[in-house]
Amino acid sequence: MDFGRISRRHLLQGGAALTLGAAAGLRPAFAADTTIGFIYVGSRDDYGYNQAHAQGAAALKKLPGLKVIEEEKVPETDAVEKTIESMINLDGATLLFPTSFGYYNPHMIKMANKYPKLRFEHCGGLWSEKDPKNAGSYFGYIDEAQYIAGIVAGYTSKSGKLGFVAAKPIPQVLRNINAFTLGAKLANPKATTQVIFTGDWSMPVKEAEATNSLIDQGVDVLTCHVDGPKTMVENAARRGAFVTGYHVNQSPLAPKAYLTGAEWNWEALYPKFVKMLQAGESIPNFYRGGLKEEVVKISPYGEAVPEAARKHADEIKAKFMGDGYTIFKGPLLDNKGNTVITAGTERGQKDPELEKMDYLVEGVIGATS
Amino acid sequence: MADGNIGLWTVPLAVLGGAIRVSTPFLFVSLGECITERSGRINLGLEGTLVMGAMSAYGISYLSGSPWLGVLAAGLTGALLGALHAGICSLPRVNDVAVGISLMLFGTGLAFFLGKPLIEPTAARLPAIDFGWWSDVAQVRAALRINVLFLLGVVLAPILYWAFKTTRWGLLIRTAGESADAARAMGHSVLMIRLRATMAGGFLAGIGGSFLSLFYPGSWNEGLSSGQGITAVALVIFARWDPMLCLWASLAFGGAAALGPALQSVGVTSGYHLFNAAPYILTLLIMIITCSPKRTLSGAPAELSITR
Repeated sequence: MDFGRISRRHLLQGGAALTLGAAAGLRPAFAADTTIGFIYVGSRDDYGYNQAHAQGAAALKKLPGLKVIEEEKVPETDAVEKTIESMINLDGATLLFPTSFGYYNPHMIKMANKYPKLRFEHCGGLWSEKDPKNAGSYFGYIDEAQYIAGIVAGYTSKSGKLGFVAAKPIPQVLRNINAFTLGAKLANPKATTQVIFTGDWSMPVKEAEATNSLIDQGVDVLTCHVDGPKTMVENAARRGAFVTGYHVNQSPLAPKAYLTGAEWNWEALYPKFVKMLQAGESIPNFYRGGLKEEVVKISPYGEAVPEAARKHADEIKAKFMGDGYTIFKGPLLDNKGNTVITAGTERGQKDPELEKMDYLVEGVIGATS
Repeated sequence: MADGNIGLWTVPLAVLGGAIRVSTPFLFVSLGECITERSGRINLGLEGTLVMGAMSAYGISYLSGSPWLGVLAAGLTGALLGALHAGICSLPRVNDVAVGISLMLFGTGLAFFLGKPLIEPTAARLPAIDFGWWSDVAQVRAALRINVLFLLGVVLAPILYWAFKTTRWGLLIRTAGESADAARAMGHSVLMIRLRATMAGGFLAGIGGSFLSLFYPGSWNEGLSSGQGITAVALVIFARWDPMLCLWASLAFGGAAALGPALQSVGVTSGYHLFNAAPYILTLLIMIITCSPKRTLSGAPAELSITR
């Protein structure tokens, strides 16, 4: 069966290459034969952050008239500037996606100033008026998907104890932990989330130890925010616990244990960007979106998810997709008993205060330092 | 299944479980390095060997479906890298530390390059033996699911100790390490002894790598080792080149690595960075306690370039 997977994969790669060749032959029919460059900080098969972007790149490869070039494992140093320069000068790239956080400033900004006619799109950066107009930053409100995963986890957990393997206590991570916990409390007001910080984005042995420690404490549903969730998912499934995924769909790794997951939806967003450019419009410099804008999505529910959970989760999802829904609203206490959002205040997704989050909400067991 | 809340007992249990789960790569690399260094040479490249071993074990296990073939392949890859190290070091005026560092970079780089298509697939894993059948506490049973490689390592340590002490081969390796001239006077080729010792060391380090990818954490990715090979080399120094002490030191390091996550899981959250650094603090402490300005490290082979 495993053999089947790799050969199918290679078949697809071969197929993609053939299509590309065919598209190249037809190219004169399209006015713009655009070359798009993707740069990843890690490996694009990591079942995580980089694979999510690579799936977006793969969606672009299917479109006619586009050539996609990729480079993996580019460090967040001036190495990325060299990669960008060679993509521009050797391959003729006109649209670039340096996808890792640390590429933004100063590297991508410097390149955008040097090549003012080309377009640069960065994932996760905070574009401001000071930055060049041909640069942009986009990101997704993935905490919406984590909130829904939290609901599912809250219903599925028998012990009411959930676990979160996190890398570092930075705002994006804390926001995911908090959203996951608030979602779980919607399902089970007594639910708690135990968080363990491993200290860095890719620490497989620490992640495995954290997973085992959480399960030893009675945690029966786990999720994570690290670069490659594969270690957590596989080790939790081996111990008989359930998981919700992150970044991409990890259900092939543990079909029985996988409940649902918070995924990026770059395969929907990137073709949108390209269409904007082809139509002669410009991509908004500061682009954000959640479930409704199709920047993030939720993995299909696993078979272990109870009916009540599906119903409740779908209900909240419909609200996100419809008029909107606020996750962070007052009165909200942190886990030390301080009020962090006063009664009557609603912090919508675009609220800049949320991008500075430095607390863990009531129900999370753990500390940021 | 006893769904017991065992509270604070998790911490000692996790440290015990961690000592068993995490220590195996340390154990194999340090025993391997012990053999190499006893023959008078340092192979710092074992970090690269560990990663290459992890990658080749995963690849072979995936392609053949047999994890044991993977373990063998990891050992052979390690022996090959060991031979490369020894071969280069046989040339006149070559510094073994510098060669080791370059082989460390070479091994990790080559493993990342060849391992690219292996990140996604799932390979057959090594089996575990359930030693916790007597307990109804799920946590105890999980901690006592022990891999055969760990047991092999535990048995290997006293065997090596005995072999260094009483066998002819052990004596030869020690002679090459203590005084190359003496070995030459006895009519033995020092380079040949060191070649074999380095290959044996590489073989063991490769097997240590196969444990990482085939058992725990149990898949191939590029962050897999995160410096465990280099830590294990340092561990040999504070184990005083004694295989039995290597065993205890590896267990202590494994347990220390489990301490950080375990303490966080019971709610001791302050200073987790400090607890995560526990293995390194342990190394420093032992180094400081045992060092002395008046003499060189006791037990150090006299031919080692760091002590000479």
